[in-house]
Amino acid sequence: MKALDYWHCFLGIQTREWLRFWQQRTRFASALVRPLLWLVVFAAGFRAVLGISIIPPYQTYITYETYIVPGLCGMIILFNSMQGALSMVYDRELGSMRVLLMSPLPRPFLLITKLLAMGFVSVAQVYVFLLIAWLVGVEPPRWGYLAILPALVLTSLMLGALGLLIATWIKQLENFAGVMNFVIFPMFFMSSALYPLWRMNEASPWLYWICQFNPFTHAVEAIRFSLYLEWNPLAVGITAGVTLVLSLFATAGFRPQRTKILASKSA
Amino acid sequence: MSIEARNISFRYGDKAVLEEVSFALTSGRFHALLGPNGAGKSTLFGLLTRLLALQQGDVLLSGQSLKKQPAKAMRTIGVVFQQNALDLDLTARQNLHYHAALHGLSRKDARARGDRELARFNLLDRANDAVRQLNGGHRRRVEIARALLHQPSLLLLDEPTVGLDVASRRALNEHVRTLCEQDGLTVLWATHLIEEVQEQDKVMILHQGRLLANGTGQVICEEQNAQNLTDTFHKLTGAG
Repeated sequence: MKALDYWHCFLGIQTREWLRFWQQRTRFASALVRPLLWLVVFAAGFRAVLGISIIPPYQTYITYETYIVPGLCGMIILFNSMQGALSMVYDRELGSMRVLLMSPLPRPFLLITKLLAMGFVSVAQVYVFLLIAWLVGVEPPRWGYLAILPALVLTSLMLGALGLLIATWIKQLENFAGVMNFVIFPMFFMSSALYPLWRMNEASPWLYWICQFNPFTHAVEAIRFSLYLEWNPLAVGITAGVTLVLSLFATAGFRPQRTKILASKSA
Repeated sequence: MSIEARNISFRYGDKAVLEEVSFALTSGRFHALLGPNGAGKSTLFGLLTRLLALQQGDVLLSGQSLKKQPAKAMRTIGVVFQQNALDLDLTARQNLHYHAALHGLSRKDARARGDRELARFNLLDRANDAVRQLNGGHRRRVEIARALLHQPSLLLLDEPTVGLDVASRRALNEHVRTLCEQDGLTVLWATHLIEEVQEQDKVMILHQGRLLANGTGQVICEEQNAQNLTDTFHKLTGAG
């Protein structure tokens, strides 16, 4: 296979994802309602309860809204990635998954490209969310909007790979409700998305350690630090490492030896 | 192009789905894979398209092993799956372009080949319609056009007429036969509908994972002392 073949394939998969995004734009718009409710309603209610001290990367006292914006960016990606990855394997996209896997190009390349394509669409949603957040007064440094991009892409790849892994290996979680209860909510709540971890440590040290072992925590911190133009090698390193491991396992799930699910549903 | 399946066996857990299936397809001919539901046709297609891994045996496409050189082999195969595998929200043309990209074709090549295939299938005027707006027969034609986009020499169709009315079924079947005659395409058409098979076709009858007959329709009728394919099929499979 020539390098150009890979490039054409990459472009084709990206184009398809954006066309689908455009076709289903109302669905994507409604997906923004959830994080906006958190930002506008939940944060207003909890502002008084959860005072935030000065913690890196922030250099002054900040509002609660400001604190949760990076976590809500992560939340958008979390929901999208899980929903996208699950639908790749279980329902709507089963047919197009077969078409994807019929390509002569290597499956790991096809799957990572597909996850990246879904990730880019999530990233676009995050930017729309950040624009609205800016309108309600959350104003990170201007260059932060650019610096955040690699962290967002990395996060979407990590969570997409996790979704694929769950969809292919854990048969019990066949529907989105199961994944919500057992994956999305635990990952979201046991992270630094809604509260700084030192607060968690005060409440319960073992919960604190669970949060520390949750890769979503580090993804959110990578987003938070880059949005404020600070470098957090630990968060970026862990997110990148987990992404690599999850991608390896997720793509391994699509070797022909394990794709019974894709073949048998047509039988 | 020669296509040969050698001693293919496949099990789902303890259940044997295919047992020692061997056959060779003749270049440029229409082959019917006939079998009742549950005979193992879709599993065989899964193996030929690498959605499933070969457990035993191998498939050789022009001498290239599907096991050892999957990428080369996949370039020579076009597939139409039993269930719809088109993106309903995209147009027919967009679906074709996507498939072309997956095979490494440039946008320019995709456009040229896509329009050529759509024209051949009388679909050019519907090219910009969302697939959702097309009827079942048209959708199937788009799927075949898509399967031929990368110019394969073998076309696999897994019960392609499921859900179509009689007229569309007949038209699709005739169209694929024309492709064999005009382009020298080798076709493997899986079905459980005997009326889609003609006596001069090469016919394979699969039942409970075993290949019970393999030859032209006339020859296997003679072998079974049967008047026609329907009788032959019923004799071999016990289907009433």
